[in-house]
Amino acid sequence: MGMNIAMVVFILGWVLSFEALFLLLPVLTALIYHESAGWSFLLTAGICLFLGVLITRFKPKKKALYAREGFIIVSLSWIVLSVFGALPFVFSGTIPHFMDALFESVSGFTTTGATILSDVEALPKSCLMWRAFSHWVGGMGVLVFIMAFLPLSGAGNMNLMRAESTGPSVSKLVPRVRKTAVLLYAMYMAMTLLEFVCLLIAKMSFFDALCTAFSTAGTGGFGIRNDSIGSYSPVLQIIIAVFAMLFGVNFSFYFLLLSRRFREAFQITEVWIYFGIILISVSTIAMNIIAMTDSAGDAVRHAFFTVSSIITTTGFSTLDFGQFPILSQTILVVLMFIGACAGSTGGGIKVSRLIILVKTMIKEIHIQIHPKQIQKVKLNGHLIPHEVVRAVNTYMAVYLLFFVASVIAVSFDNYDTTTTFTAVAATINNIGPGLEMVGPAGNFGFFSVFAKGVLILDMLAGRLELFPILLLFSPAAWKK
Amino acid sequence: MEIMIIGCGKVGQTLIQQLSDEGNNITAVDISEDKIRDVSRKYDVMGIVGNGATYMTQLEAGIRSSDLMIAVTAQDELNLLCCLVAKKAGNCQTIARVRNPEYSKEAPYLQEELGLAMVINPEYAAAAEIARVLRFPSAIKIDTFSKGKMELLKFRLPESCILYNYSVKEISTKLHCDVLVCMIERGEEVFIPNGDVCFQAGDLISIIATPANAAVFFKKLKLFTNRTRDAILVGGGQIAFYLSNILTKSGISVKLIEKNRQRCEELSQLLPKVSIIHGDAADKETMLEEGLEKTGAFVALTNLDEENILLSLFARSKMSGKLVTKINRIEFDEIIRQLNLDSIVNPKQLTAEYIIRFVRAMKKSMGSNVETLYSLIKGKVEAAEFLIKEQSAIVGVPLQELEFKENVLIAGILRRGKMLIPRGQDTIEIGDSVVVVSRRLGLHDICDILKQG
Repeated sequence: MGMNIAMVVFILGWVLSFEALFLLLPVLTALIYHESAGWSFLLTAGICLFLGVLITRFKPKKKALYAREGFIIVSLSWIVLSVFGALPFVFSGTIPHFMDALFESVSGFTTTGATILSDVEALPKSCLMWRAFSHWVGGMGVLVFIMAFLPLSGAGNMNLMRAESTGPSVSKLVPRVRKTAVLLYAMYMAMTLLEFVCLLIAKMSFFDALCTAFSTAGTGGFGIRNDSIGSYSPVLQIIIAVFAMLFGVNFSFYFLLLSRRFREAFQITEVWIYFGIILISVSTIAMNIIAMTDSAGDAVRHAFFTVSSIITTTGFSTLDFGQFPILSQTILVVLMFIGACAGSTGGGIKVSRLIILVKTMIKEIHIQIHPKQIQKVKLNGHLIPHEVVRAVNTYMAVYLLFFVASVIAVSFDNYDTTTTFTAVAATINNIGPGLEMVGPAGNFGFFSVFAKGVLILDMLAGRLELFPILLLFSPAAWKK
Repeated sequence: MEIMIIGCGKVGQTLIQQLSDEGNNITAVDISEDKIRDVSRKYDVMGIVGNGATYMTQLEAGIRSSDLMIAVTAQDELNLLCCLVAKKAGNCQTIARVRNPEYSKEAPYLQEELGLAMVINPEYAAAAEIARVLRFPSAIKIDTFSKGKMELLKFRLPESCILYNYSVKEISTKLHCDVLVCMIERGEEVFIPNGDVCFQAGDLISIIATPANAAVFFKKLKLFTNRTRDAILVGGGQIAFYLSNILTKSGISVKLIEKNRQRCEELSQLLPKVSIIHGDAADKETMLEEGLEKTGAFVALTNLDEENILLSLFARSKMSGKLVTKINRIEFDEIIRQLNLDSIVNPKQLTAEYIIRFVRAMKKSMGSNVETLYSLIKGKVEAAEFLIKEQSAIVGVPLQELEFKENVLIAGILRRGKMLIPRGQDTIEIGDSVVVVSRRLGLHDICDILKQG
């Protein structure tokens, strides 16, 4: 059986149609603020709509979607989404080079938040809105969004959700994929709205609050000021940090809470460990940076903000953490790799994968001592299926190889080790800022086109958890 | 409707597929991780791995919000336990498959005292189905509506038949038969015919008519309509036991061929009126010796599908009576249907159909108004009976003025106990029972058949 190309193209058509819809938000922003950049958004929306409507007129006869199509559709969708999302930047002349615009657009949709711009404040408001909104769309996933609104029936949709959502084993909240997608987006929208309202109450301006809420919800990190969040009031910083932390929690935790299944909700080990890691990191970093700040309260606030922003892979900053002592910097780099919970909008390796790895490791150590012992690894009170353990191990191996290959590729540019290393770490884990030249005060603009290409691939691979992107380049996936 | 299905074997999977297609939310529970992975890959359902009879597993699978729990694991006791737990934990309706005759004999008690909504015995259901088919041998399958006042009969057209001279609409005008052809299966094709379609040899056609009119029609077609007087059954399993009981009660003489001597002795004690023959059905001589050539019906009920098919093919070459073949595997349905095997009975499919009918009826009380439902061709065509209770867009308008969706046919109207074959000028009135044959699955309301309705 060959690839169901008709179906792949059909869904890409829908992705384009929905992108046209998404682009209307910056068009509206441009209308309100009387910006000429609005025309380039309108033009792009027109192109997307034209192509989308054209493609979706051809309904495929065979609707079957298998795992292979699922992966390919997801990776192609994200590429298409990013390429068309980059066009307004080029058309409006805000980012004239296509590669730079693509970097910015991919960084937006993958919720990375790494930028090639040195002066964000110079951008038109419509561009800022588009950058923030692309985080929001990318956070929960564009195909999940489409699924929630389109009646694409059948079990095949699960293959799409599985390929797009994060974590070692993606499961549904309710029996139907579509209902699950609707529930996920309902919770996502409600939380975004809640943050927006909180920010407004704490006296942020309407535009800033909306952009910041979108950015936090997708755990993206595109700021609208050059110093990211640093110049906002401490109350606003705390609100943003708390919400970033909440968006990094597994959404099935919220679902279980909302459906009053408290026992099951609190059984999710991942969530406890996640909060545990945050607590330990915050207290260590706070003690470490206390000398840099005015008071103990400030130290805790900055530490909490930075930890919450880094572990959820948001990438906002209040201080340049490149200036932190080495211990704090090291902790932050480790947090970059750990990432948020599975099934959240955050990136990174995910806490649940680490738990499985550590538990498997302990098990292997036991087996060395008692060779005949039979022991199964449990998580949340359930046995972890062998396939999941295997998938996690494979994921780690592939992740490592991908990481090393990317670091080698980027080091052709001949920058210092920390910059090269953290540039890859910050993109593959979808964080945004790294250290040294790519730190919160810097940007990614100085890299060569080749290095930018590698980092773009890293961002996509990181957001889609490697395999969809790898499959795209594997001949076996395309074979008849 | 929220439905939990415990046990993902063949019946479980058939139920999952059909009930999910009809828009129910399904949670599937099985102890085997592989089965759950398989099921959640194939269908849009939630899969839970665990022992479905435990309180914890049922709670995790959301028994509290379920409307119905169906237990179709391989073990009777487990199924019953599932029902008891579900009843206490979730306060939902429960259905159990119970195949041990000792338990299924007590079905009324189970239903009454243990609060089960339905107890289904696949073997008994299969036996009842076979008996029904044997009563009207020229039909391959008979489904009844409105308590037997309307029948939907499926039969295969023979090599030569006067029907080939007429088109569908000429059956009433020229052949003067009050029957309606509602479905034609030709090879792998299935269609709902319009008036101009002509018949071809080997077509499987389904007609709807009153039992009396159907008999007249069959007589005009010179298809044999004689009642079956004797039957040879091969394979002495549970179905054979139930079937022998039903057949002997209605005066049909039964010969039962069974390989295992011990089972023969058991059966001869249980079924004194049946002549039990100890012999291998694969031995042609035994069957010929027992008068295969002159017998009215041959029923192959061994445990092997292949053997049943071969036996039936052999019988077809020797006799002209009615053939019934039991097939366990559903997967090769289409291929088997192409063989000239008359009626095929699939206990698992039947069980699933019975349960689905029950679910439909349950749904009826929750909004949908389907009275009876038959799946004519699995997953492709179904016949549904609607009771018209209230005024709607469809009531009182001559049928020729209504715009129906494609592949929908009003096949029969039952008004005050009398059946009408619907013609263009007829109308549907309140109080009618209307049978609709359609390729659209999951109709919930009669108005679903109208365009833009």
